[in-house]
Order: sequence, then C-alpha cells, then structure tokens
Amino acid sequence: MQQIINFLIRNKNFLLFLLLLFLSLILTIQSHSYHKSKFISSTNFLTGGVYGWRYSINNYFGLKSENERLLQENEQLRNQISWLTADTIATKYIDTTSFNKPFTFIKGNVFRNDYSKMDNYILINKGEKDGIEEDMGVITDKGIIGIVENTSKNYSRVISILNSNSKINAGLKNSNQYGSLVWNGKDPNIVQLETVPRQAILQKGDTIITNGRSTIFPRGIGIGTILNYKLDQNQSYFLIDVQLFNDMTDIGFLYAIKSNDVLEIKSLENPKIDE
Amino acid sequence: MNNNVLLYIGRFFSLVLVQVFILNHINFLGYLNPYIYIIFILLAPININKSLFLFLSFILGLTVDMFGDSGGVHATACIVITYIRPVVLRSVFGLSYEFQTVKLSKVGFGQRLAYVTLMVFMHHIILFSLEIFNYSHTLLIGKKTLFSSLFSIIVIMLVLVLFRRKDS
Repeated sequence: MQQIINFLIRNKNFLLFLLLLFLSLILTIQSHSYHKSKFISSTNFLTGGVYGWRYSINNYFGLKSENERLLQENEQLRNQISWLTADTIATKYIDTTSFNKPFTFIKGNVFRNDYSKMDNYILINKGEKDGIEEDMGVITDKGIIGIVENTSKNYSRVISILNSNSKINAGLKNSNQYGSLVWNGKDPNIVQLETVPRQAILQKGDTIITNGRSTIFPRGIGIGTILNYKLDQNQSYFLIDVQLFNDMTDIGFLYAIKSNDVLEIKSLENPKIDE
Repeated sequence: MNNNVLLYIGRFFSLVLVQVFILNHINFLGYLNPYIYIIFILLAPININKSLFLFLSFILGLTVDMFGDSGGVHATACIVITYIRPVVLRSVFGLSYEFQTVKLSKVGFGQRLAYVTLMVFMHHIILFSLEIFNYSHTLLIGKKTLFSSLFSIIVIMLVLVLFRRKDS
C-alpha cells in the first residue's frame, strides 16, 4: 500500500498529464461526431456575451452592404407580393396571418462565423427564448447556411454546410433527382453534391436547390449552381461541384426556419409515438 | 512574487482575448491564423509547480476551444507541449537550464528562435491532426501545420520583442 501511494506521489505529474490528455481527447473525438459535441460549446453566456460585445463593435463596418442586400431582398419580395395580390385582393380580403403557414421564419445575426477549419460552426444571437429549436434550418436571403445544432437561452450554434458532419438533401431545380450535399474542406464557396444518379441530365450552370424531402428546409431554397461534374469510380453516381450563392465568408443576417407541421409529419412517420 | 502572479493572470486573459477576438478571424490567404496564446506556456517560469502548470494549460486550451467550438483540440495540444517543455528547454538551453538560470529575455536570438520554433511546431502538428482528424487529408494537415507555424512563429517573435520587460 505504502509503495502504491509512493508510486502515485512520485508520478503525479505524469498521471495528471494522462488524465487531462484523456479528457481532452474525449472532447476532441466527441466534437467529430454530430449531435455529441455539446459539452464545450460557444452557446454559454460567457462566450456568447463576449461575441455579442465584439459584434456590437464590428457590425457598424458592414452596414452599407447589409442595407444593400436588404433592399434587394425587399425588391424581390415586393415583386412577388404584387404578383400575388393582383388577383386575390380584387375578389376578397384574406387575412393571411390566420392561415396555418407551413413554415415560420425567425431572423438572427451572426456572432461568429468560421470557414477555415474542417468542422465549422456559426454562432447566432437568437436562442430558445426566441423560439429557436434544434434541427431548424438556417438560410440567408440568397441560400442555405446550415442546421441549428445546439441551443441555449439566448444563443444557438449552427452546424454550417462547411462541416464534415453536415449532410443535407439537395436536388436539381429542373428534375427530381437528388443527392446529399457535403464539403471536402478546400474552398469555402464550393461544396460537393454526391450520389446523384447518373440518369440525371446535368449541365454546367444548372441551379441546385433544397428538395423538401425533410422537414428542415422547404422545397426550393437556393443553394448554388453547378461548377463542374464527373462520374464517380463506379460510374454510377455523379460528383458535382457546386458554387454557392452565399458568400460563406460574409453572412451578416440570416433566418431560421421553423417548420409548423413537423409534429404531424413525425407522427405519421413513426405512428408509435401516438399510442 | 505577488506582482508576478498578477502578471501571469493578466497575461492569461489578454492572450485569450486577443486570440479569440482578433487572431481567430484573420484567415490570411483564406485559412491561416496565428495561434499566439501559447506564449503563456512559453513564458511560464522554469521553476513553476508542474501539476499547477499542466492544469493551467488545460484551462487555457479549453477556453480557446470553447470560443472556437473545436471540442478539445487546443486543450490536447497545450497539455502535450506543457508536458514536454522541460525536454525542449534542456535540449535548447543545455546547462543553463539545469541551473535554472534561463531568462527568455536574456538568451540570444538563435536560442530563442529554436525554442519557439520547436514548441510552436509541436503544438500546431497536434492541433491540426486532431482538428482535421482524417488520414485522407494528410497533405492538408502538413500544409496547414507548415504555413500556420511560420505565421505563428513570426508573430510570437514580434510579440516577445515588443513586450519585453525592461526590469528582468
């Protein structure tokens, strides 16, 4: 017994080293698997607060370009509205707020945005308090950004499409073929679309959109255009390089998408929940 | 002594803040960031309590991880270089380390560069291997380690010259 205690005391530094190494390796390995990297996260009040402080200084510098983007989006939305109301208002006034909308949008701002690592996350300034939940999709006015992965009261962390754990269903605009969107870690503005069947008819410059096969993103949100494509080794699937509509290095403001039908759809998919 | 403790605490917080506020967002050439917060480990006194030192570097790495959402990557790299620091010190400074008379502000440029280079390179190799964590990207790990190390070494040497303490 004496010898064991002596051994422990003599090697206490080495043992402490091993313990800390073990701890940090566990944290590292967890951070590489989706939905497990929650212990060390920037959504706590300390890091969130510090990033908020930084944001309040930095956001003055981007106001001009942000205004420009908002004006463009307004213009586009106004065009859509005028086209819609032309035939509906004339007949009958409809209070659209009482409708059961399939999706609700919640606006947010980017506190921190990574794009230089293999696993990138985005911290946004909206949390559970504002109605953000896990597995909500996140978009900007131009296209998709990622999926909410971790929330706290005031902040939430978005797993960016520039992350090796991210896999999002996406398809072609002009047909129903689809594949999954991944990132190879090289260029932050080019992502890869895999497992598109070779029967698909592709052309450079074709638009890639979300295909609405999950409850996360509605159909038809832009992702990017085809930069180039080739068949994989088995000659059965296309590997497509997609040039994103978004500039992932400069996001600014964004919208989280809340799907209002998610419970209904989930209960249809696994009927056991209701029993 | 008391004065020194305050100095180390101040250094800890200012390095972390500078790292997460400014340096993590440089992205020079798209992906290069200097990691200078390890100056805290480089400049720790030679006769520091080893257990305390290990623990402090763990906290240092974990704080940077928390701000960067990188799991435990920085923490791992930090405790490894902390643990092997005596070996590096002995191989670079030789006898003067044995007698515990090394002062980083007093040694020559060559020795200081060698010490900083060894530590930074070791830190970055562990950091990027764990961050990328994929054998198929070995080339990327090498590239990132090499260029980021160069960047970090240059910035660290500049910081060491600029913030040299006059009295010691």
